[in-house]
Amino acid sequence: MTVKLRYFAWVRERIGKPEETIEIPPDIATVSQLMAWLASRGEEYAYAFKDAKVIRAAIDQRHVRADAAIEGAGEIAFFPPMTGG
Amino acid sequence: MAAGYIENMKATVRLQREPFDAAMVAADLTHGRSDVGALVTFTGVCRGDEDGAPIVALTLEHYPGMAESEIERHVAEAIERWPLLGVTVIHRYGRILPGENIVLVATASSHREAAFSAAEFLMDYLKTRAPFWKRVEKAGGKSWIEARTIDDAAAERWSAPPRGREAAE
Repeated sequence: MTVKLRYFAWVRERIGKPEETIEIPPDIATVSQLMAWLASRGEEYAYAFKDAKVIRAAIDQRHVRADAAIEGAGEIAFFPPMTGG
Repeated sequence: MAAGYIENMKATVRLQREPFDAAMVAADLTHGRSDVGALVTFTGVCRGDEDGAPIVALTLEHYPGMAESEIERHVAEAIERWPLLGVTVIHRYGRILPGENIVLVATASSHREAAFSAAEFLMDYLKTRAPFWKRVEKAGGKSWIEARTIDDAAAERWSAPPRGREAAE
């Protein structure tokens, strides 16, 4: 499955890019599995996702939990807890 | 934007880089109408210090598209939960200097309870659910502001249905 990934704040800085389009292996089914798989892609990803529990995710611009299924997603975003307002 | 229960209900969400005039935006909610009895405005301002050290500026990063839709969904929820006559939310992004406005929530209603509650609800959600991230610039460098658990707790209290809402709704 081909998905557009977007990264924000320190997740973006650690990975070193704001977005990328990648091919995800078929055995990756959930957001947390995707984070674990990304973490294995290189040092910068390992650094970004080393504390995966604090990282939030959105699928197609809606907040999702780590156990959410990624099937059918067009855009998946990863970011730290929000600090707006 | 979802339609409110009340005719002539005015809802506005704006994301912008430029500063805004809070008084002018609030005045818009009562302009030309006499049914508003309560107008609450909250303005978040960039403080000149963080953890006791002076700051140079804040930079707000946001997720374009999602930020708008998240705020609009929460405005729609506020309209559903309280009898509002008007809501305006403005959130800035980009570089903001101490003393400048960051965010505005203005709510208008016939009576104060709805206006106060809806404004608090919207601010609590903006803090914890709207995709914005603050980075602070100090003399020693830049760092991301960490989320505070007290903000999560403030947002959590709105999960229970508000008083007076029908359980069967």
